[in-house]
Amino acid sequence: MRHILSVLVDNKPGVLSRVTGLISRRGFNIESLSVGPTEDVTLSHLTAVVNADDVAYEQITKQLHKLISVYKITDLTDVDAIERELVLYKVNAVPERRNEIIEIANIFRAKIVDVGRTSLTIEATGDESKLKGLEDLFRAYGIKEIVRTGKIALSRNSKD
Amino acid sequence: MGLFFFMDVSGQLARDFLWPECMGLKSRGEKSLITMNENAPSGSANRGQRTAAQVGAPQGLGSHSPKQGEIMTGAQAVIASLEAEGVDYVFGYPGGQALKIYDALYDSKQITHILARHEQGAVHEADGYARATGRPGVVIVTSGPGATNTVTGIATAYMDSVPLIVVTGQVPRAVIGTDSFQESDIVGITMPVVKHSYLLQSVDELTTVFREAFHIATTGRPGPVLIDIPSDLASEKLVFDYPDEVSLPSYKPTYKGNMKQIRQAVARIEEAHQPVLYVGGGIIISDATDELTALAELMEIPVVTTLMGKGAFPASHPLNLGPVGMHGSKYANLAMTESDLIIACGARFSDRVTGKLSQFAPHADVIHIDIDPAEIGKIREAQIPIVGDLKGVLAGIVSALVKRNSQPNDAPWIERVNVWRKRYPFYHSDIKEKPDEIVPELVLETLSDKLDPQKSIVVTEVGQHQMWATQFIERERPRSFLSSGGLGTMGFGFPAAIGAAIGRPDCTVVCIAGDGSFQMNTQEMATAAINGVPVKVLIMDNRCLDMVHQWQKLFYKGRYSETLLDPIPDFVKLTAAYDWEGERIENPADLDAALDRMLNSDVPYLLDVAISRDQNVYPMVAPGSGLNEVMGAIDVAVGAVRTDMPDSFAASPAPSPCAQIDAQFGGRWESDPFDTGARIGQRNADGSLVTDEEGVLKKQAHRSKQTAQPDSESKEGGRS
Repeated sequence: MRHILSVLVDNKPGVLSRVTGLISRRGFNIESLSVGPTEDVTLSHLTAVVNADDVAYEQITKQLHKLISVYKITDLTDVDAIERELVLYKVNAVPERRNEIIEIANIFRAKIVDVGRTSLTIEATGDESKLKGLEDLFRAYGIKEIVRTGKIALSRNSKD
Repeated sequence: MGLFFFMDVSGQLARDFLWPECMGLKSRGEKSLITMNENAPSGSANRGQRTAAQVGAPQGLGSHSPKQGEIMTGAQAVIASLEAEGVDYVFGYPGGQALKIYDALYDSKQITHILARHEQGAVHEADGYARATGRPGVVIVTSGPGATNTVTGIATAYMDSVPLIVVTGQVPRAVIGTDSFQESDIVGITMPVVKHSYLLQSVDELTTVFREAFHIATTGRPGPVLIDIPSDLASEKLVFDYPDEVSLPSYKPTYKGNMKQIRQAVARIEEAHQPVLYVGGGIIISDATDELTALAELMEIPVVTTLMGKGAFPASHPLNLGPVGMHGSKYANLAMTESDLIIACGARFSDRVTGKLSQFAPHADVIHIDIDPAEIGKIREAQIPIVGDLKGVLAGIVSALVKRNSQPNDAPWIERVNVWRKRYPFYHSDIKEKPDEIVPELVLETLSDKLDPQKSIVVTEVGQHQMWATQFIERERPRSFLSSGGLGTMGFGFPAAIGAAIGRPDCTVVCIAGDGSFQMNTQEMATAAINGVPVKVLIMDNRCLDMVHQWQKLFYKGRYSETLLDPIPDFVKLTAAYDWEGERIENPADLDAALDRMLNSDVPYLLDVAISRDQNVYPMVAPGSGLNEVMGAIDVAVGAVRTDMPDSFAASPAPSPCAQIDAQFGGRWESDPFDTGARIGQRNADGSLVTDEEGVLKKQAHRSKQTAQPDSESKEGGRS
């Protein structure tokens, strides 16, 4: 089962490698990862997506909790959470088909960020299903390159 | 009444324990003793209850250090920090990037440095010191190879939860990452095997880092902490300001057990008819022997111990069933298998204990008490998990049981266990042995008898001798049996014995070694000789890598691939090279006197005992088998022979009509192996007691006497 882990960690060198090292050491593959500082500059927020059954997942979180650099772990899998990811698509676009692609991008509220002689670069944010849908449509034109930031997530019903 | 008595004793012991008899050590100032007592919990109500702040407080003068406020270099601050933590011994090996720290050490009057002959030896020595005293071991080494040589030692300490502070020199900050001379990313290399690590970034954080390191290493589930110090910081100036407290919002180990869980545990213990206390190293770390003993005695619960838990419960106690697991006794393994409640105390259901998991204790509920929440439910589901300090949790359970006036209701269970214990001993004098060969079991039994359990520490290497030592060396108090349990590090025992002897100069320290293990850190003979550490090394010398050899014998058709060691070195000649004393014995008749000579020597001493390669450690649960599938246990009911020997290795016992008795069925004939009804001594579903109407047990005892007699006669003739 897929789990979205939201981890609050020390914003110090080496912390990312402690966290990811521990997850891989316990035999799990990190599907997606994003890290960045939070409102408190001494802390970073790390969002990781891992595939694990419930027992293994519990073991990962307990082991992560043991790291001195880890403050808090939230499982955003089952809670109502906002998930976002940013993706850049470089799509084949001969001049006569540009408009079709721009139209698709507009429907998905994606932005055209670069226009080349035979390609368009589109920036899109959203949850997994939206980005997947967009990708499927672009495949028809031929996707040259995709880069994605990795998923970030925040619980919706926060107490404050 | 009984409870108050025990609590007073435990409080007293806790102090004695933190400040062992070896008060003569030079750092033991009166002042620090007073500070310590102020920190000790007061009032009988919460004697057993400790907090991380109390456990992790500096054991030295802390901020009251005379150097507080002085301007000094980073290197001097490292030494001053160690002094503030009350460190008396440091183990290490100097080198380029540690030069400044070693220069500062030259002035220290408080700290004695023990120069190892290899960095691995230094870490094991610090580890042995920590295990024997309960205080953190400290290591200083240089960068690059010095640092990488510590890895095995750090991993060993990590697996066995030993508090260590490892200070490594590092190349100057400006050249980190440029592959400069003797540079290694030791923080990166050791990341999976440390509890925490620091790469010092500025001298401003130096004292905080040291305080945090000691706090983290000693509290919660202890472990090694590494501090990597770039050498340019060692010469930078700072004002020495040592803190007493730590601020670690992300690190708050749970000491106090949840009361609701404790109440549940109490109710479950009251209900249990076949309970077992499964005891690991956590009891020793938590200093909870008295609380454990109180619980075992109050509810009459048999105790089995892991390798790390040996000494946590006195061997002489009638409820102690001793070692459990792969080479544990058959009776301990049967008790685990048959139990209806396992109370796991600071133990982690290692594969060496459980055997095949699906067959492990199939009828038992588990109460799992551990300070590390990640251990609970990791291997075996716990019906009642309790995260907390064993000392407080067990005291809480005992006082609740006393308050409820709970009575043990497992008398038939204890009786059954005791029948098993008599029937399947570890060793029996009727076992046929070759008369001209020294029997390893008897060597260790004799040694055990000669040692004063209060004033001795036994350290082992890894291999057959380690298992024999676990089976035959009787230990009465915690921290008197040291062995590499989790990592199984050959080469650990000898240096660890040196460290233990330094930490506890009042104790006789014997290292039981194999010829293979001893050769992994032989260079430390120099460390022992030069520092006048009177450590004793008893080599069980079979000129092979015995445990692997045994597995090859049993499971690889005797294909002894690379396990036979040539008959070199001559260990006795080696003793001369290092200015030790020593001798070799090959004749069983010489054993007794040789052991006496070893124990009476006041210099480092090596006794090389020749034993046969053909000896095997039994009983044994083959890897992948269930804990109830014990090979090679002695069964006195069929005439003190080893039973259920593996087919490929036929040391065939004389066939006996009783050989079919299935030990698991309470001594009944194995007429119906699927009969799972109540057994002799147990109650039926309707509450009626099953008695031995047909006199099965009596008949069986009679028969075994008959079969045993001719056997023992023939053996007596054969024995010397």
